[in-house]
Amino acid sequence: MHKKTTLAIAGFVGLALSGIAGAADIHTQVIASTCMSCHGPGGKSVGAAPSIAGLDKDYFVKAMQDYKSGKRVGTIMKKHAAGYTDAEFEAMGAYFAGLK
Amino acid sequence: MTLNRRDFLKVSGAGAAVTLAGCATSGSTATSKTKAHVVVVGAGFGGATCAKYLRTWGPNIDVTLIEPNDKFVSCPISNWVLAGMKSMDDITHGYDNLSKRGIKMVKDYVTGIDPAKKVVTTKGGASISYDRLVLAPGVEVLTGSVKGYQEAEAAGKVVHAWKAGPQTAHLRKQLEAMPDGGVFVMSVPTAPYRCPPGPYERACLVASYFKKAKPKSKIILLDGNPDVASKKGLFMGAWNELYAGMIEYRPNNAPAAVDGTKMVVSTEFDDVKADVMNVVPKQRAGEVCGLAGARNDSTGTWCTVNLATFESTTVPNVHILGDSVLSNLPKSGHMATNHAKVCAAAIVELLAGRQPDPIPVVANTCYSAVSDTTAGYVANVFRFEAGKGYVTQPDGGATSKGDELNFAYAESWSQNIWAEMLG
Repeated sequence: MHKKTTLAIAGFVGLALSGIAGAADIHTQVIASTCMSCHGPGGKSVGAAPSIAGLDKDYFVKAMQDYKSGKRVGTIMKKHAAGYTDAEFEAMGAYFAGLK
Repeated sequence: MTLNRRDFLKVSGAGAAVTLAGCATSGSTATSKTKAHVVVVGAGFGGATCAKYLRTWGPNIDVTLIEPNDKFVSCPISNWVLAGMKSMDDITHGYDNLSKRGIKMVKDYVTGIDPAKKVVTTKGGASISYDRLVLAPGVEVLTGSVKGYQEAEAAGKVVHAWKAGPQTAHLRKQLEAMPDGGVFVMSVPTAPYRCPPGPYERACLVASYFKKAKPKSKIILLDGNPDVASKKGLFMGAWNELYAGMIEYRPNNAPAAVDGTKMVVSTEFDDVKADVMNVVPKQRAGEVCGLAGARNDSTGTWCTVNLATFESTTVPNVHILGDSVLSNLPKSGHMATNHAKVCAAAIVELLAGRQPDPIPVVANTCYSAVSDTTAGYVANVFRFEAGKGYVTQPDGGATSKGDELNFAYAESWSQNIWAEMLG
């Protein structure tokens, strides 16, 4: 990640936390919500895709990193994991760990 | 930090600049009343999702969702209906849960939009004012662009079935009634169009049905594009391996005319005789985008928006989602739900006088079945960068072969996204 983007995220998160109700910043809320199109509302799947609500944060982060690196073999998740940063894996992991 | 005023202006556009400066127009409308009001037009993938998330992330926002249809009928999986793999009931879902979220559902048809007064008028005679307006109409299919189409369509001789509903059921009946040895002629519009892989999936699944039910039949696929526009390896692999000799693919063959009496589709090169005709004309941003004056690209076809907020670049306080938007993002239902989430979050921030996320990230997931047991996919992540728009991230892409596991995930995708948008 470029330094400028990192700074932009840091600044943005600060703004978000100061302004909105709820624990997650807006960027994290939106990217986490986009997972739900396949993994179900609130991360609770109603189909064959696994639920991700309540997953252990460290497990989530490692799974995403391993999909990205190719260490973990899956189907579509490698294509998705490739597009996110480690900071986003951490933020999404914390978000889904907090969903029951 | 780098999120200075200049960057903010880049992200949020003219409407929000007013908010930032604290002037008495759009920004203060929200604060001068007890609650801001967002009107969403169209309860498909984009509109329903946006309405849901506006209520979720902005519980103090009043949300009205205007939709003329009683129920949602999904375009994704509608090709499965054509092949007899699913029923119309399977792809039809009610809006009851949206009402339970406090969304005001209005069953009506928008006939006028006044962006200066910020008022929407409807066929039923209602005038509804808004602080921000979200238009998610899908595409308008330009049936007048193919000579003879509208007459043939009125006579029930040709359908596009590119908006799932009665035409989907009609086409299924026509395919069932077609004799073994018949010819199914279908077409692919010139890009950009709704659901790039959709026509090729349709050819595969109709072939899958023919192979079992009427194996002497043929499919002629007339493509307005120079090549298969999406998941080429996946589809051509299926045509060669699963349906050898059944599908005839003709690139650069846009239909110019349809004759419903003679049952002929004419291209620049040939008159093609058909037993069943499924011609999909070119498309443009939905009608309500025209009413708002938001079809503002160089040809007046699609809508250009600030892609970090989905606000029109020329019509303040009007946001546009989904297939109507001009961008490098694929025109898919899945993508529309992602537009909707970015837009809903941005509107919540803008109405509160805060800055929207300057670097949103969206993803596309699109499964296509190639038979009644196998499917493949394409997936990509897109990261917004100021001045560049959405940048496609490396290592996304498509599968080259369908399999049973991804068929199960394709079905799962539909169940989950319908639950996510309507639940």
